Amino acid sequence: MNTILRYAAQIALYVAFGAALGYFSSYPVFQALPPDQALVRLSFSHGAKPISPCRERTPEELAKLAPNMRVKLDCPRERAPVQVEIEMDGKPLYQITARPAGLKRDGASTVYRRLPVVAGKHTFKARLADGPDGKFTYVSDATIDLAPGKVLVIDFNAGKGGFQFVH
Amino acid sequence: MSVDRQAAPGGAPSRTIWRATWRAWERAELAFDAVFGADGNPLRHLGALGFLFFWVMLGTGLYLYIVFEGTAEGAYRSIDALSAAALGSIIRSVHRYAADGFVVVTALHLVRELLAGRFTGARWFAWVTGVVLIWFLYASGIGGYWLVGDQLAQWSLTATAEWFDALPLFGLSMVRNFLSSGQMTDRFYALLSFLHVAIPLTLLLGMWLHIQRVTRPNVTPSRALMLGTFATLIALSLIKPVTSLLPPDYGAVPATIPVDWYYLFIHPLMDATSPAALWTMVMLATLVLAALPWLVRVSHEPVAQVDPANCNGCGRCFADCPFGAVVVEPRTDGRRGPGLARVLPELCVSCGICAGACPSSTPFRTVAELVTGIDMPQRSLAEMRSRMERALAGLEGSPRMLVFGCDRAADARVLERPDTGVISLLCTGQLPPSFIDYALRSGADGVLVTGCAEDGCYYRHGNTWTAQRIAGVREPHLRVSVPRERVRVVWAAEDDMANLRAAVEHFRAALTNLPPAESRHAARTKRPRRKEVALG
Ligand code: HEM
Repeated sequence: MNTILRYAAQIALYVAFGAALGYFSSYPVFQALPPDQALVRLSFSHGAKPISPCRERTPEELAKLAPNMRVKLDCPRERAPVQVEIEMDGKPLYQITARPAGLKRDGASTVYRRLPVVAGKHTFKARLADGPDGKFTYVSDATIDLAPGKVLVIDFNAGKGGFQFVH
Repeated sequence: MSVDRQAAPGGAPSRTIWRATWRAWERAELAFDAVFGADGNPLRHLGALGFLFFWVMLGTGLYLYIVFEGTAEGAYRSIDALSAAALGSIIRSVHRYAADGFVVVTALHLVRELLAGRFTGARWFAWVTGVVLIWFLYASGIGGYWLVGDQLAQWSLTATAEWFDALPLFGLSMVRNFLSSGQMTDRFYALLSFLHVAIPLTLLLGMWLHIQRVTRPNVTPSRALMLGTFATLIALSLIKPVTSLLPPDYGAVPATIPVDWYYLFIHPLMDATSPAALWTMVMLATLVLAALPWLVRVSHEPVAQVDPANCNGCGRCFADCPFGAVVVEPRTDGRRGPGLARVLPELCVSCGICAGACPSSTPFRTVAELVTGIDMPQRSLAEMRSRMERALAGLEGSPRMLVFGCDRAADARVLERPDTGVISLLCTGQLPPSFIDYALRSGADGVLVTGCAEDGCYYRHGNTWTAQRIAGVREPHLRVSVPRERVRVVWAAEDDMANLRAAVEHFRAALTNLPPAESRHAARTKRPRRKEVALG
């Protein structure tokens, strides 16, 4: 191959390499969410109530325990699972039963879920049960206008009164 | 003569596809050779390019580190400000594009070693450490995107946290940390910037480990290749400078995200599947890749063997072994010489380059059975000498040519004909130069030596050492008295048969113009005088 041709081919190949680097370094763009959608993120971490109520130990049971362990109340470490149901415009959007973390199931139940929804005005209803009876003790609702691409975070904080709709 | 040309590893159908793909790759390499020359051919120096990109990132990274403010509020501001300054913009862009280039050359390097079958046996170490390097490479690169503190960083951090949350670790939710700006503390940015230094430095340590079992690793590209690469990076940085997206908006998802597909493809991949599916894919890919050296069936070749009576510990095999599989130890057997070579079988790839380096490997020796200091049991020098003698004795016509070929390169055996004998070696580096001398004194009019393409030796250094031995710049030398016009060296990859044929024809024509070798007639009746070679 003659020298000029060789150099031309070299330049062409370096240009092709550079073009590939430059192009795939930001294209094709990724559509994280379809253009007409908004995103609901359900995200909370909550420690539920114990799986069963505390129980008083009988005197015989107490006698069997080592003297330093003789505590009257026998409370289970395990927590109940947390149940959550989210409705949007009266229709179920998502529901989950989240088991507590930890080998002894004594930790918090943690949930994170991305829920893309059609953008627009929606009424959300959220329910949470955190006791052994499975009763939905926390219920909240909110009507929110979600523009395309907007994010609604549904969090839960018992200390702050339950569900929080952050947007 | 039957010589097993070792095929690529694998079962029959996969072997066919494997070899076809390797041949296609080889053709691309040859085409690139024509454009860049072997020295400047990026496809032949992918590992070295990996090192180059790393150094470029280290250099530009130092500058970025000086101007970077590792705080929640300062990170975005300081990086964004860089792009406003001409020098800052170039340095930032070169850093990013070098990171992308690093992925490209590493991927190609992996594919090349895979296709060439250079991952089995003793090579498992480079292969497995290579697989681990991919993890560090990605951890370094993705971590770099987080430092920018823009919407791309936010997106990548969130997606990575979602991914790790899928692991049944502690029941914690990492992603909860990335849903509002309140969690992006100064300490978090300090941690991110620490990681973006610590992980790349660990990567460098890994790269060092990766090349521990090869001698004279090719870690520096030629000057032409370096210049071409720099020029490309700088031109690209000027044409398409890297910029930040907007600062994070926790209340919205960016409509479209300009993804760096070299690193961040894993996020869209997770989006299209699921976090658990992504874990399954990457773990499976990692495990299968890492286990590959043991998954493919390959025949285990015998390793080199030392004959203490013929070894004086001169160390040439040690110097030439491309895999550090020979050591020289002090002698304990009371024989002459400073030491004794010992083969480390777990490192030996059975190439025979050591036999070609041994000063005892000369066919002129008058011993009945040629025993050399270090030899390959599957194709010993004694066998090579008798094959050579038989071949020479059988040659008819004029000019008479002897070809020393290589099992891994263009198949020289097809060149055999009444006036041309062929001896195929494990590697061209197995050829002691004295065999050339011997052949010319035993009736050959010319000797042609061939092997893998330049910078493309399957055993890394075989063709280079052979060329240097023949040129008299590497021990053992081809004797000065050998008429150089009767010796020809041609490098031809397995797929470059046409080049080899053309070179042979050319050489034959050149030999026709030379008078027949003086020793020819004598050799018909009498063997050349073998001389005892003094050791040491
Ligand atoms: C950080 C990225 C990497 C860099 C900078 C790198 C660099 C290198 C270098 C410089 C060599 C020596 C080449 C020679 O002189 O013959 C080498 C050899 C090798 N690399 Fe890599 N490498 C990287 C990643 C990988 C990966 C991902 C794999 C495959 C999984 C791999 C597999 C190998 C193998 C098998 C060899 C040995 C070749 C032989 O024994 O002949 N490398 N690498």
